[in-house]
Amino acid sequence: MKYSIGIDLGTTNSVVSYVELGGDDAQSVQDEPVTGLLEIAQLTSAGNVEKKKQLPSFLYLPHESEITEAETVLPWGTQTSKITGVLARELGAKTPIRLVSSAKSWLSHGGVDRKSNFLPLNSPEDVSTVSPLQASIDYLAHLKSAWNNEFPEDSFDEQEVIITIPASFDPAARDLTAEAARAIGVRHLTLLEEPQAAVYSWVKSMGDNWRDQVSVGDVILVVDIGGGTTDLSLVAVTEDEGNLILNRIAVGDHILLGGDNMDLALAYQVRAKLAKEGKNLQPWQVQALTHGCRSAKEKMLIDTTLEAVPLVVPSRGSKLLGATLRSELTRAEVEQTLVNGFFPEATIDEHPVEKPRAALTQIGLPYAQDAGITRHIAGFLSKQAGAADSLGFDSQDEFIKPAAILFNGGTLKAPVLANRLLSIVNGWLAEAGADNARLLDGADLDLAVAKGAAYFGFVKKGGGVRIRGGLASAYYIGVESSMPAVPGMEAPVEALCLAPFGMEEGTEAEVSDLEFGLIVGQPVRFKFFGSTVRRDDVSGTLLDFWSPEELEELPEIQANLTADNRKEGEVVPVRLAAKVTEIGTLMVEAISRDDDQRWQVEFDVRD
Amino acid sequence: MNIDLSLMPMTLDVVHVGLGALSLLLIVIVVVMAVLKSSSGASEAPVEPNKEQNTTTNQAEESLNKQDLLKETTPEAALQLLMLLQQDARLIDFIHEDLTGFGDSDVGAASRVVHEGCKKVLQQVFNFEPIRSEEEESRVTLAQGFNASENRLTGNVTGEAPFTGTLIHKGWRVNEVSLPQLAKKHDVYVIAPAEVEL
Repeated sequence: MKYSIGIDLGTTNSVVSYVELGGDDAQSVQDEPVTGLLEIAQLTSAGNVEKKKQLPSFLYLPHESEITEAETVLPWGTQTSKITGVLARELGAKTPIRLVSSAKSWLSHGGVDRKSNFLPLNSPEDVSTVSPLQASIDYLAHLKSAWNNEFPEDSFDEQEVIITIPASFDPAARDLTAEAARAIGVRHLTLLEEPQAAVYSWVKSMGDNWRDQVSVGDVILVVDIGGGTTDLSLVAVTEDEGNLILNRIAVGDHILLGGDNMDLALAYQVRAKLAKEGKNLQPWQVQALTHGCRSAKEKMLIDTTLEAVPLVVPSRGSKLLGATLRSELTRAEVEQTLVNGFFPEATIDEHPVEKPRAALTQIGLPYAQDAGITRHIAGFLSKQAGAADSLGFDSQDEFIKPAAILFNGGTLKAPVLANRLLSIVNGWLAEAGADNARLLDGADLDLAVAKGAAYFGFVKKGGGVRIRGGLASAYYIGVESSMPAVPGMEAPVEALCLAPFGMEEGTEAEVSDLEFGLIVGQPVRFKFFGSTVRRDDVSGTLLDFWSPEELEELPEIQANLTADNRKEGEVVPVRLAAKVTEIGTLMVEAISRDDDQRWQVEFDVRD
Repeated sequence: MNIDLSLMPMTLDVVHVGLGALSLLLIVIVVVMAVLKSSSGASEAPVEPNKEQNTTTNQAEESLNKQDLLKETTPEAALQLLMLLQQDARLIDFIHEDLTGFGDSDVGAASRVVHEGCKKVLQQVFNFEPIRSEEEESRVTLAQGFNASENRLTGNVTGEAPFTGTLIHKGWRVNEVSLPQLAKKHDVYVIAPAEVEL
């Protein structure tokens, strides 16, 4: 293989970066590698193909009489039944019932069957729907074709491919991402957490100087605010034989909150303002307004002297004059909505407010209820107070104190927001008598994840410092405890640890002693739990009590003993064992006691 | 099948003699054409026209050369640019409007759409660069052999280079054009399709 390809498969945009890998000799690996961003050919309007650095992660399922085959020609063939990229986004803005968006958020949604065809959600019957998995496959397939078109000599399948995922992806979502990559023929695959990719990108941009920016005993807080999600991680700096080592010690919960929410919040504010003037907007106008708010926001956050930006929504017909809707967005409104709404003043004790949801009448994405990103960070730092204890760091009573902060994501390019976040975190530190956290900058916030991912492929070949990570969560299955039945009470559940915290890629956990009698041909479901705070449980640990915030219940997993050379209905005593694959996915197997036959236990099962 | 490359033909057959004659003839034609071309090329040179050679070229050849001086532009790229300007800037809509009867605030609102969109399209498609880096209204000197298509002399144009004068406009040059690729069967004459909402 010649290249390491880093793919940032984002909620709203995908980016592909590459690093040229040297030859096999160690000398050439040390040289500065050739890097670049893939120019992704895509349809930008009917019949027009343009190369862009980003592929909007949208899939449009056109009606057969909507667009002709001749209008959807790409350099590698036609896209008749499914359109990806800019054209998909543009067509979908006018016909939302045929547009698949946020497939990545659905891929990590435990409440739905991620392999069943239900996207676009609530679309009419004659739209041929796709699954979140299929949408991911389609995006990857487009990126692969674009690569092969640019690099005909170096086939995509032969290269080292690194796909980034949110650190908070559960085992099922990781598995599905790997499955999507396998479906398009990727042979050398690794999954990398996005905040880690941001750190790699920072290390690369600093060169050898990164060692001067951090010191042993530092904890780095990584805040990655993407289009759809906010991802948090902690990286601790330790030392081994005089070399600095980076350890990813904790990851945050899955927070569906990002830059898109901010644009929508601004658009709603302008809509309310227009409603006061007696102008009620139609859905297409709100969409255009959201678009206008995004560019107005970007202008104002970067140029701090701008006091107001006019917003104009043109009419849809050919008459432009008179029918154009006007408003403006003022600095006060932007700061009020974004700074106070998304980055509110909060103390370290103020954690996100999660109200129990009222009965939902329809399924939807589990968006974060609390838009206060600062409160999410406060909650994360408090929950992970003991994250660095096992590394021999000073133990923290109230919350873990970061010595440095690394930002990622386009939202934090705005100095107003970045400074606000930094000053709030420093406020917490000052109150606790700790030093201010330093801001680690120098990385390109928009492209860092893709660049860092490609660079990781280079690091894997021995080209630089590697972050130690392993599983950021311990995993347990629920076991009904053998207690006498009490009428009216559910049998209490105990949790058996299968995979301990920090388990490294390519390792296998010890097989638990507990045995289960499984019946051949009858699938059995297990409750499944994850914990990002219980660091000391080893595999085989049986918990009979835990506090609700310690263990999070994940979608059930299913063991299905296929007949093979056994009789249907036979009871087989099995033990369960977990391993982490080289790719970075978790795998649980049922192992027969008698003859060591193995069956894979499936994540993400549904009726 | 084995071919012995060391074998040499010892006799000539009719076919090979014919082929040899044909290739000789072709070489002669090529040489003659090249000579004719170089003589007519010299006649085009504006410096010191050679009357002797001019008289040798016939009328038909001269009119052919005049046609060569101009070229037809293909409408495709122009139509494609119009499509982009309509799509992102509503330029065609705007130009077709009658401004009389509308107040400046209406025109202003619409022109924001047009200006913002045009800017976006032009920045995407072209990469502009000023021809001269000096400040406008400053004195500049054009040395002998300056590029006359990049620098236009106006006003009191007399004498010999170097010329010294005031830079009125810094000029623009496009150093990169990146229009989208087109599908072969795409109808570029459709600038904006009619839109029918169901």
